[in-house]
Parts: sequence; structure tokens; C-alpha cells
Amino acid sequence: MALDSKIPDGPLESKWTKYKSSVKLVNPANKRKLDVLVIGTGLAGASAAASLAELGYKVKAFCFQDSPRRAHSIAAQGGINSAKNYKNDGDSVHRLFYDTIKGGDFRAREANVHRLAEVSVDIIDQCVAQGVPFAREYGGLLDNRSFGGAQVSRTFYARGQTGQQLLIGAYQALERQIGLGNVEMYSRHEMVEVVTIDGKARGIICRNLITGKLERFFGHAVVLATGGYGNVFFLSTNAMGSNVTAAWRAHRNGAYFANPCYTQIHPTCIPVTGDYQSKLTLMSESLRNDGRVWVPKAKGDKRKPQDIPEEERDYYLERKYPSFGNLAPRDIASRAAKEACDDGRGVGASGLAVYLDFADSIKRLGKEKVEERYGNLFDMYKHITNENPYETPMRIYPAVHYTMGGLWVDYNLMTSVPGLYATGECNFSDHGANRLGASALMQGLADGYFVLPYTIGNYLADEIFTKAIPTDHPAFVEAEKTAQERYDKLLSIQGTRTVDDFHKELGKIIWDYCGMARSAEGLTKARQMVRKLRDEFWKDVKVTGGLHEFNVDLDKANRVADFLELGELMIIDALDRNESCGGHFRVEYQDDGEAKRDDENYAYVAAWEFTGLEGDPVLHKEELKYENIKLAVRSYK
Amino acid sequence: MKFNLKIWRQKDANAQGKLVDYKIDNVSEDMSLLEMMDVLNDQLVRKGEEPVAFDHDCREGICGMCSMYINGRAHGPVKASTTCQLYMRNFTDGETITIEPFRAGAFPIVRDLAVTRSAFDRIIAAGGFVSVSTGQAQDANNTPIGKEEADKAMDAAACIGCGACAAACPNASAMLFVSAKVAHLSLLPQGQVERKERALAMINQMDEEGFGSCTNIGACEAECPKEISLENIARLNREYLWATVAK
Repeated sequence: MALDSKIPDGPLESKWTKYKSSVKLVNPANKRKLDVLVIGTGLAGASAAASLAELGYKVKAFCFQDSPRRAHSIAAQGGINSAKNYKNDGDSVHRLFYDTIKGGDFRAREANVHRLAEVSVDIIDQCVAQGVPFAREYGGLLDNRSFGGAQVSRTFYARGQTGQQLLIGAYQALERQIGLGNVEMYSRHEMVEVVTIDGKARGIICRNLITGKLERFFGHAVVLATGGYGNVFFLSTNAMGSNVTAAWRAHRNGAYFANPCYTQIHPTCIPVTGDYQSKLTLMSESLRNDGRVWVPKAKGDKRKPQDIPEEERDYYLERKYPSFGNLAPRDIASRAAKEACDDGRGVGASGLAVYLDFADSIKRLGKEKVEERYGNLFDMYKHITNENPYETPMRIYPAVHYTMGGLWVDYNLMTSVPGLYATGECNFSDHGANRLGASALMQGLADGYFVLPYTIGNYLADEIFTKAIPTDHPAFVEAEKTAQERYDKLLSIQGTRTVDDFHKELGKIIWDYCGMARSAEGLTKARQMVRKLRDEFWKDVKVTGGLHEFNVDLDKANRVADFLELGELMIIDALDRNESCGGHFRVEYQDDGEAKRDDENYAYVAAWEFTGLEGDPVLHKEELKYENIKLAVRSYK
Repeated sequence: MKFNLKIWRQKDANAQGKLVDYKIDNVSEDMSLLEMMDVLNDQLVRKGEEPVAFDHDCREGICGMCSMYINGRAHGPVKASTTCQLYMRNFTDGETITIEPFRAGAFPIVRDLAVTRSAFDRIIAAGGFVSVSTGQAQDANNTPIGKEEADKAMDAAACIGCGACAAACPNASAMLFVSAKVAHLSLLPQGQVERKERALAMINQMDEEGFGSCTNIGACEAECPKEISLENIARLNREYLWATVAK
């Protein structure tokens, strides 16, 4: 199948406006007859489910957590971007668009990103109307701060809880629709198969995580809003439950997976302390507004940070990137930290950390102001490390945080399977090879509140004569059988190694060979390692308990099985891309440590088609056409 | 460090549960309590026993999913902390740690330490929102909100819906949870139109779910990981009274 991104004609600035005024509509009486399934209730899912229900569609929403309010969007701390230009500092829709394209190292679609920048303005209005308590100035107007990769202040925030507050806004909108009977909510349900009939997505199979029963649900359309796949690394800043299963099941059923090698390593996380470590905690990038990153100039300098005089410190971000300094984009800041540590100048017991120092800011602003800005982050840091960042610099190290890759979608956010949509982090569309800070919340809400409600109508308008398909249809029976057999198999192996054994080993392979620095040699080796590990998993994994019960071990095994397949695809994608761009850094392609893009040969989206696990997946290329901006070397110097 | 653990095991909602003893050794003081549970579960699985089921997700103290009642306290001994933000250095070497689920009639047990807190969702569905559909908003800066009010609203909105308040309360009252939402929205201009209906509907739903009444004990505030203030309950009582009288 040829990839058609379905980008509307016309000038960039008017594509979305023109699309909205010419898109097919569904009348209210017909909306009541159309079922939409929304999987995931983070920002993208909750906002979509609520907005679609407000429009009159019959919505069923699903999440694996005990409540839709728990989705991992809550963990986002720093903020949400919007081109409001309330600061009069030169911001505009075009500038947000440009910053996002540039931040993504010129590997995102112009039309999608421009639309994102346009609707960013509406998101803030909507959230404020819902009662989201954004930070305000003394005059009562909204406050902003700056974030990495931008020279304007366009980030709105709610203390260090921006994601939580935005999600509560979307969750409350969703609960309102549940109360009105417009949404049926299924919590503790995990989607394990997509059902397709005559080439269209028509439903899903879920595991009811409490009873363990497999359940069938019909929908005229299915929306995946299931987040990213960062947990393939085992250690990441994702929640423990974050997984790729829904997206991967869709991929196995025909949805192309795009740019899986684009993963974001966030520069400011709390370093690993031991092999029992279960996850990594992010310290918001907003800290880099007032914190200064440094390491000792001398290798192996084990003095206390306070004892190292100013002239013996290397503020390497300020030195290397004077115009952006500590606010250099994430991929660049992460690689610079790795470089410093590889050079033997890392700090802390493991030597895998750099300092993030607030001493100057405390001197300049006073402790109170710093506390007001970052109080809860400082508390969190102290909770975890038992060190007081008001007195001693934080130790930070990069960790996997976000995945730019995801299911391939067209301008309508539809995957390569008709009727199957992907929104938020689980699609690939807006961040190219690197996401800027405070843009994930923006994209999740843009997709759910303001894009999907229009674009899904364009598809559903042709579905008004499709009657609900009974779930005893052979396609449902078949899909449930696939899921059932997989669970039976997992329970029948009764091998010797735990699910976490495999997950940790996979994570280490991906981190070592497909993490911050990648090489053809390493990737080739890693691919074989992952394949071997996957074979061992299916021969030797030990899963306890039974199917028809609340069984966390089984659920984890089911997710890790999919990570073992995704991991290989990431490696294949990283091998295919013989260039460095954004989060994808191939050591063979660099200029003095800076990523070297190859626009002539690699200005495309790599969309992979699943063809079984034996051979290679099929690559479909979507050429990226830049008609409005000039491709340039991404410089933050 | 080493610990004796007494952990509540219960197969499902209807089964009889009991405290089971476990011993754990070689615990690092930098481990979180949940990582200690991971290690225990790893050992159980290797022995072919079923791991202890417990709820957890973000492990950053913000999602509200973790919910253990540790040594008689919701979220354990550290003030202003969720279960996932407890570290073994918060306990004494050799100590016996008793771990139970959050207990309240309205939080039925799913298995072991995991409970169902959907009652909270239904309380929000009854009125914990501003009725503004997507697309109906005016420009965000059209309604200035004083910093002080905005900060107070934010204080209340910081609730993560974990249920520690109800678990800590001898009456299993959900007043702190309900009051935080009512306060958050009634402090803001956006929440004014539905203010009365909201207080009445949420209280009504809270009662229907079987949560107990508030007798001003204050355990909820003491155990709240986000330090939601009792003042909110006073505000809720005022809102409720006002709404009832106005009706």
C-alpha cells in the first residue's frame, strides 16, 4: 500500500482552516448511532473521549489503571506550550511551528506541526475554562516561563504539576460525560487485540484485569491513545504499567509503525542507585531555567561540589552552546552529559551523573522564589536521594523519557488501517526526531480536543449505514482466540526465568546499543541478541497464577512479549537510518560530536509494515516535503 | 538491612484474607518500599508462589495509584508521602513492617493489597467539574484571577485521589477528597455557576457510596500525601449549608 499522508492542498497557514470548513459532517441523530472506542485515558484519550461524547457519539473508554485519572500524563511536571504571545516577546503560531520543526531536527511533517501550533492557542482557553489552576501573576493574568529549544516564554504551568492538572481537567470532562451516560468507562481493562472486518477496524478484545476474562467490544471506529513505548528500556521515566501492547497489536494487524528508533533521552533525571532500581524519576526540564549544569574540569575529581572552586568547574552547556546555554534541547543536553561522563568527569558514586546547581539562583532570587518555582521538585528530589538541593547541587543523568516514534498516521490521525486512529504519544506525527519540552501535553490535548473530533467525522460520515456488528462475528471469535492462545502459552511454559529477568536483559541491550549512541556494528549485534532473547522468553519464562484471576505477573509477561518484538524493530529502524538526527545519534555520522543529518537521502518517515517475525519488515517511505521552511543545520550555539 | 514483613493476602474480593509472614534480607536503604516489594515478589515467583498484588504506577508520588496501609498508617510513616516515595531508610533495620490494603467499605478489595476506588470517580461524575464542552471557551486571559485565589485553588487541586483520607479515617469518610474538589472549583470564577448543585450532588453521591461521616478527627489531613488542609472541609460544610438553604 502506498502511503498517502492526505495533507490538504493550499498554503500552510490555511490548510487546517480549509480542511475544517470542507470536512464531511455527521448529523446529530446519526452520531447517536455511531460507537467509538477510545483506548487509554491520558491527555489524548480522555480529551478525545470527552469531546467525542459531547458531540453526541456513543463512546466507550478503556484504561488499564484503576481509574482514568491515573494515566501517566499526570507525571508531566513543567508545562504546556502555546503560541499565545501573552509576553509580547515575539512569539507567534509560525514561531512555535518553526521551533517545533527545528527542535525535531527537520523530521516532522510541516502540515501537522503547523496545525498543532494553531490549536495550541485554543488548548489554554479550554483548560482555563475547565478550572485548571495555571500559575498567575499578581495582576491575575496567566504566567509563563521558558523551556528548552525556545527563545520566548510560551510555557504555561501549574506549579510542578502541569500534567496532573491538565489531566484532571480532561478527566473531569470525561467523568461529566460518564455521568450523563454518554461514555461507558471500563477501567482495569487492557486492550490485547484489534478486530478488523473487511479491512476496517471494528472492535477490540480486552482482558478484564480483575476477572481475567477476555471481553469483546464493537466500535465503528477505534482510537488508540495508549502512550509511548519507553519501557522497552526497562528503566525509564514512564510509569510501571506503560506499555506498547495496544499499539503493537495494532501493528501486527496492519498498522504501520513509524520511526521507532526516535526515542528521547531526557537530560535531567535522578541517577540509578542499584540493580533493584525499578524506574527512573525525571526532574522537570524547567529546572534548567534556573539551574546550571556542570562537572569538574579535572577527571576523577571526587571532592564535594562545594569544595570545587568556580574556576575548576566546567559549565559545559554554557560553554558549548552560548546562545541557549542550559536550555539547549534535550537530545543535545543528554549527549553532552554522556560525553562528560564518558570522559571520566562524571560525579557521584557511579560517576554517571552531572551537577545541576541552584546556588547562583538562590543568591540572585532568594530561596523563597526558588521554592515557589520548584518547591515540589526539590521535595521530590530530597525524598528520593536524601540530599537537600537547596544546599548541595542535584545530581542528574539522562534517562529514557519519551518516544517520538509510534503508529504511522495520516493528517486525519488515521493509521494505515481504516477506522483505526492513533493520538498523542502513541502516534509518530508531530515531534520528528526530537520533542521539545512542554510539547507532549500540547500534542496530546491538541489531538484529543481539537483535531480528532473533526477528522473522525470525515470517516464516520460514511459509516452511518453500518449497523453495530454483533460480537459473535467470526472476526471477533478469531481475535479472541489469538489472545487466548497467547495467554495459554505464557502460562504453560513454566520455565526458570522471571518476566523481569527478560525485561531487564532486553532493556540493557536496547540501552547499550540503541540508546544515546548507536553504531551499525552494535545494532547488528543487538538485533541477534534480541532475537535470541525472544526465543528464550518463549521457551523459559516463568509466569505464576492462572488466567481467570487478577494476575499482575501474567499481565507483565504479555507486555514484555510485545517489547521483545518492538525492540527488534527499533534496531532495524536505527540501522536503516544512516544519519544522525535528534534522538537518533549514529556515531558514524557526526561533525565533532554534533549530529550530522543527511537530508538528501533520509528526509523521510520510515513506516514499517509487519510481515511476521522471521524475515525483515517492509519499509514504506513517506517523503518529507519542506515547502515553507529551509532545511538547516540545527544549531543552538 | 533486613525486615520481617506481615502482608495481607486475599485471593479475591470474596475470599477470606489474612496476614502472612515473610522475611527479607539484603535490603538497601536506598531502595524504595515498592522496590523492596519487587524483590520479595521476585523471590516468591522463583519459588513458584504467587506474587503479592499491589497497585502502583508512576512511582513518582503523583498518580495516586499506590495505596498501602503500613504499620497502621495510610502510606506509612513519612509525612506528606505516598507509598511509592517511602525508602527503606525510613524504617529501622530488623523492624517488623505490617502492610495492609486501604480499608473502607466503599473500597472493595480486588486482591491482596489492591482495592477498587471507583467510588471516587463516581463522586466526580456527580458534579466535580465545570460544564464547559470543548470549543466553548473564551480567551484564557479574559478572566483575571488573583494570585492568592489561584494559589489556594491550586492547593486544593493538588489532591491525587489516592484515598488515603478515607483509609485513615476511623469513619471511612471521604470528606477531605470531596472538599478538595469542591474548594478547588468554588474558589475559581469558572466554578461559580454550578457551585450549589456541585456541593449537593457530590455530597449526595459520597453518601450513596457508603462513606462515613466526618467527626473532625483530622487523620485525613495528617495522612494526606499532598497535605490537603482540613480547612477545605470547613469550606465544604459552608458550601453545603449555603446550597441547602438556598434551595
